[in-house]
Amino acid sequence: MKYSLKHLEELEAEAIYVLREVYAQFENPVILFSGGKDSITVTHLAKKAFWPAKIPFSLLHVDTGHNFPEAIEFRDRLVESLGARLIVGSVQQSIDEGRVLEEKGLNASRNILQTTTLLDTIEKHQIDCAIGGGRRDEEKARAKERFFSHRDEFGQWDPKNQRPELWNLFNGKKNMGEHFRVFPISNWTEMDVWEYIMDQEIEIPSIYFAHEREVVKRQNSWLPYSEFLQLKPGEEVMRKTVRFRTLGDITITGGIESNATTLEQVVAEVAAARETERGNRADDKRSETAMEDRKKEGYF
Amino acid sequence: MHNQQQTELLRFTTAGSVDDGKSTLIGRLLYDSKSIFEDQLEAVKLSSRKKGLEHVELALLTDGLRDEREQGITIDVAYRYFATPRRKFIIADTPGHIQYTRNMVTGATTANLALILVDARHGMIEQTCRHSIIASLLQIPHLILCVNKMDLVDYSEEVYDQVVRNFRSFASKLDIKDLRFIPISALHGDNVVSKSKNMPWYEGPSLLYTLETIHIGSDHNFIDCRFPVQTVIRPHSVDYPDYRGYAGRVSGGIFKPGDEVMVLPSGFQSKIQSIDTCDGAVSEAFPPMSVTIRLEDDIDVSRGDMIVRVNNRPQLTQDIDFMMCWLHHLPPRPRAKYIVRHTTNEAKAIIKEVQYKMDINTLHRNTQDKNLGMNDIARVRMRTTHPLLIDPYRKNRNTGSLILIDEATNETVAAGMII
Repeated sequence: MKYSLKHLEELEAEAIYVLREVYAQFENPVILFSGGKDSITVTHLAKKAFWPAKIPFSLLHVDTGHNFPEAIEFRDRLVESLGARLIVGSVQQSIDEGRVLEEKGLNASRNILQTTTLLDTIEKHQIDCAIGGGRRDEEKARAKERFFSHRDEFGQWDPKNQRPELWNLFNGKKNMGEHFRVFPISNWTEMDVWEYIMDQEIEIPSIYFAHEREVVKRQNSWLPYSEFLQLKPGEEVMRKTVRFRTLGDITITGGIESNATTLEQVVAEVAAARETERGNRADDKRSETAMEDRKKEGYF
Repeated sequence: MHNQQQTELLRFTTAGSVDDGKSTLIGRLLYDSKSIFEDQLEAVKLSSRKKGLEHVELALLTDGLRDEREQGITIDVAYRYFATPRRKFIIADTPGHIQYTRNMVTGATTANLALILVDARHGMIEQTCRHSIIASLLQIPHLILCVNKMDLVDYSEEVYDQVVRNFRSFASKLDIKDLRFIPISALHGDNVVSKSKNMPWYEGPSLLYTLETIHIGSDHNFIDCRFPVQTVIRPHSVDYPDYRGYAGRVSGGIFKPGDEVMVLPSGFQSKIQSIDTCDGAVSEAFPPMSVTIRLEDDIDVSRGDMIVRVNNRPQLTQDIDFMMCWLHHLPPRPRAKYIVRHTTNEAKAIIKEVQYKMDINTLHRNTQDKNLGMNDIARVRMRTTHPLLIDPYRKNRNTGSLILIDEATNETVAAGMII
């Protein structure tokens, strides 16, 4: 038994191996950085994979303009401490340039618009590999993802015709204009990520911990009140002590009532949770195959 | 969910068709280990109702793609996760139909264990043989044959014994290191999580207990030291001006600082100065650790090279015999060059000769019809543009495996197990 790894050690070794393969196989890879715990974990793993050298990847943030202020502040601090380059793709700019049309109505969100901005940014900076924090346990379409996932020249994913992925022999070959999405923490569960964050003492944005905030009850979750949220008739803004299990756009990320202010308490809460972390994400509730449909178009 | 401390990770693969109870079994393992969340279960209930089903179709949990849900079949590998206080599990859930053999192979390559189900009423069928042959070819260290639907044969010991006898006689032709049998009823939960009262004659453990306790510590090769270099780390920084480390994942053996090593293919010898990780230097590195090795001498080492022990080297050769599973819908083109990817190395290669095609239902070797199509498995000989550092797949799944990539399409077209 002496020569065996514990599960987090094995998952870490796997992720580091994948990140090193990315570095070896691609010219211009970036980490898709949302400021959420998964992309923070991937960034931490990249730091470990190339130590004592600096992270050899830029960070790419697709900025919808509808952010948690805490997330943007966190992003800037992390980028500075890593000495990495930050690329920002702006959804507002895509709207201003007429590349996309802003959704209208009470459930309007910029979630879907991100895809165009992301693909435009990938093209503009000639990015050939975008490393994401997607996990297979998150969502049923994501359960089908490869570690190395091919995207055609339109940025599209073809889930029915994926390259077989055998052993740890990753095939990152592609034609000009195509790119790859790579998911180093594919095999991690939400619990693994939290345990790892606790074990490694990784800093995460404050919204993951319980705090008092103005919120609105919608579709069984607490949506944070912000200037971007249109109130529906009958909805009222309340102050509640909440925290967020995932970090997306501020218009679609619902919080849960919680008093967990430390990592230990958060992990205990995750362990007891009876609903998935994406259960509070309005973007997934649009249809049964909402994620598959978005991913085919080139979404994260 | 449980409060999970650090535990071991077991990767297993399941294969099966719609009727053999595979989805029910996986659903039960997930459900009983409380790995299905309420919103997931609600969504599955809703979809089942929409399809006009009276029961909750747990297969909808695993069949994630629109086409799979519409057609009610598994097409591609799906990965599922569950945990008990003893272990964490990754299930590679693969389709069982012959048309999707390539997906079955894909799911099998990283598995520690294969779970094969047979219907107690029908015993072994063609599909059982096929799955077992693939598990054997892919050298999955452990195989559990679950004799399912025992409730439909009155929990009969004779029926079970007959299935076991037949399978054992078939398996004697295969290369399976650890073979076990469990009589279960996935539907009623007999011998799945806890031992069944309906089968007092069965003295072994339940399926879950077996999965939790089966010894997987020896599944890696800890004897033959193999370290394929992925990339060279040179920070050129103020703090580390002369640092030069070889990053990679240990593919075999145990490396220690001070070890006399050789770098292949150059043949230069040196000593390991230090084995580094971001968390500090380690005193030993073994599979599947990702580390960075520094050598005492400044020699030329780059991606694709392999660090080994002086007296234990892999074979360096341009002629490679291997069992090949063809994965693409277009057959191999005559005398076409393919890119071969092996460890962190790459070369071009031509398939020189197909020695025989194997019938994956019967193991029969066909030396007459050597035309290969998708899902075919054949013994072939290949010539590469430069030598590769290989081991037999039986000895090491990392240094004994390879893939072929079509230069024209960039598609992965074949998987190979070196003989």
